[in-house]
Amino acid sequence: MADAGMLRFHVPEPEVRPGGTPDFSDVTIPKAGSVPHPEIDVDPRDIRDLAFSIIRVLNRAGEAVGPWAGLLSDDELLEGLRHMMTLRSFDARMQMAQRQGKTSFYMQHLGEEAVSCAFRKALAPGDMNFPTYRQAGLLIADGYPMVTMMNQIYSNEADPLKGRQLPIMYSSKEHGFFSISGNLATQYIQAVGWAMASAISNDSKIAAAWIGDGSTAESDFHSALVFASTYKAPVVLNVVNNQWAISTFQGIARGGSGTFAARGLGFGIPSLRVDGNDYLAVHAVAKWAAERARKNLGPTLVEYVTYRVGAHSSSDDPSAYRPKAESDAWPLGDPIVRLKNHLIQRGVWSDERHTQAEAEILETVIAAQREAERHGTLHAGGKPSTRDMFEGVYGEMPPHLRRQRQQAGV
Amino acid sequence: MPRRTMIEAIRDAMDVSMGRDERVIVFGEDVGFFGGVFRCTQGLQAKYGKSRCFDTPISEAGIVGSAIGMAAYGLKPCVEVQFADYVYPAYDQIVSEAARLRYRSNGDFTCPIVVRMPTGGGIFGGQTHSQSPEALFTHVSGLKVVVPSNPHDAKGLLIAAIEDPDPVIFLEPKRLYNGPFDGHHERPVTPWSKHELGEVADGHYTVPLGKAVIRRPGAAVTVLAYGTMVYVAQAAAEETGIDAEIIDLRTLLPLDLETIVDSVNRTGRCVIVHEATLTSGFGAELSALVQENCFYHLEAPVVRVAGWDTPYPHAQEWDYFPGPARLGRALVETMEA
Repeated sequence: MADAGMLRFHVPEPEVRPGGTPDFSDVTIPKAGSVPHPEIDVDPRDIRDLAFSIIRVLNRAGEAVGPWAGLLSDDELLEGLRHMMTLRSFDARMQMAQRQGKTSFYMQHLGEEAVSCAFRKALAPGDMNFPTYRQAGLLIADGYPMVTMMNQIYSNEADPLKGRQLPIMYSSKEHGFFSISGNLATQYIQAVGWAMASAISNDSKIAAAWIGDGSTAESDFHSALVFASTYKAPVVLNVVNNQWAISTFQGIARGGSGTFAARGLGFGIPSLRVDGNDYLAVHAVAKWAAERARKNLGPTLVEYVTYRVGAHSSSDDPSAYRPKAESDAWPLGDPIVRLKNHLIQRGVWSDERHTQAEAEILETVIAAQREAERHGTLHAGGKPSTRDMFEGVYGEMPPHLRRQRQQAGV
Repeated sequence: MPRRTMIEAIRDAMDVSMGRDERVIVFGEDVGFFGGVFRCTQGLQAKYGKSRCFDTPISEAGIVGSAIGMAAYGLKPCVEVQFADYVYPAYDQIVSEAARLRYRSNGDFTCPIVVRMPTGGGIFGGQTHSQSPEALFTHVSGLKVVVPSNPHDAKGLLIAAIEDPDPVIFLEPKRLYNGPFDGHHERPVTPWSKHELGEVADGHYTVPLGKAVIRRPGAAVTVLAYGTMVYVAQAAAEETGIDAEIIDLRTLLPLDLETIVDSVNRTGRCVIVHEATLTSGFGAELSALVQENCFYHLEAPVVRVAGWDTPYPHAQEWDYFPGPARLGRALVETMEA
């Protein structure tokens, strides 16, 4: 063996760094419609190759093709487009509000809108998501009021979380949206626990776990897969692979394994990769996985292959670690443009209507923003009271907190 | 009244709770079919079925993380971590998630879980079966921390913990599991079956969280103790002849400050004893509170007697352990100060 006796340390590197030409030639994109659609009770051993392929429905001509197509009506697709456009518009306004100093922090979804918007429509009322910070589409697509989201972002007097939590860390049990922690991966095993509880209670509800490519490296991801596999928990295990964990390319967390989806195979969990920028494909795969969970067939791991077009957060500048034009080179395109083209191809949409819808949506978002700002922003207007800070640590306030609240003079 | 060991009392608390409320479920490593390495859950799977008492993979983060999800769903998990020394993989779940869920979601989600774990030394368990990590939990807003010292309290406190709406860390002094302790490891002791505090009523009762109890009334000095150290304190008082008032704290968070302050203001002296290492131990908090609240009544400096600041040793266990001799010397010095 060459170099025997001298060990070399290996650190993976992305193909390109700032200044270089974006190169996704190593990302193999199968043709839309080419990946088979197995029965939901398929033996996981028979679909191992689905963890290495990419399920796609929309082709380059904007047509929905193959065995995963055909689930959604015109109206449902138009609604999906509206959800994604709303999320994008919402993000743009809130990103700007952060830059204007109206809040401390923001995280946008640019390029990833299809994942959470389409997934939500595959769930039933009462199901529970355990999201990360980049799935606000779950709320938008479920009709959660934008003004309430903004109140939370502004930590104002109408913030349902009383100013206690960082912006965008929403919580809504009513809308099947578990409180976002801000710690990474911790919620993945909690989702499995929630699903186990539903099974223990002979309920019909299922859970959905969410994690990013980078955070799959956390041990909670492993615990979650072990528990989900052992107890056949009714849970959909989602991995959003948006290629970047802040500045770290996905190869650092992925290591030598072919894909993140492949992580599920060792646990005997059916594991699929899907085009995360294809609204129809995301919805179809989510529906398949949710149905498996609901029929006592256990967990499914789904990797959404997508690209984080924006910065990680309002505190991040990606130009320091990746080429500026990289997002333009991303081979799976833009989820909104792709669904728009499909709807035009179906004959139910047009460029004019799209432009008009953009304007209408922006108006709705601005109206919500005005309404929210009447309740204050982080540094101006109404805000939660200092007394609120002491409330809710426990069901009943213990004596030591009572004393401290007195000391604080509230 | 029936007499039970601490193990039987703890098992009875879970049995009673599971019988009364079907949301209560019990799980952990070796907890199901076998009934736990200390047998605390023996018979519960046979009685309540595998959906309510089951074995888990060896994953403390998985045990506590899944329990949090179950609590968010609406169940009331009472989970076992096999030894407190093994809780660290679950620490993030406890500190960042269980403790803060109610607060960060403004009550949208809550986390009524109990994490039981055997704590403390005295069984030649070495570094990995002897630690007392209570201070790592008393530092966390949103948790409650309980350490019972006898079968009667263990049952009542555990039922109260299971019924509590918030996460409770329930530390069970393993030296007391099978029999009491009189502070001297080498001498035979009265078994729980003949011990007054081994009397454990059948059925449902609670011992409220956040309430200390005076184990031995006295006028000369207040000793603050919990768990195994309650017996060390009793032995030290007896052997020195000092009229110590011994307070068994029972719950460390929230703390029964009123009982402590009332006692120290009467005695004017305070000695704190715990098994855990000294530096930044719970004794530091107790000492600060006594100083802040009782300074003008104090006749002597507040003294702490604790485990040395070393990892928990194996062969030198009883040199490490703050036994009656060390505590006795501290009592004498405090009386002479």
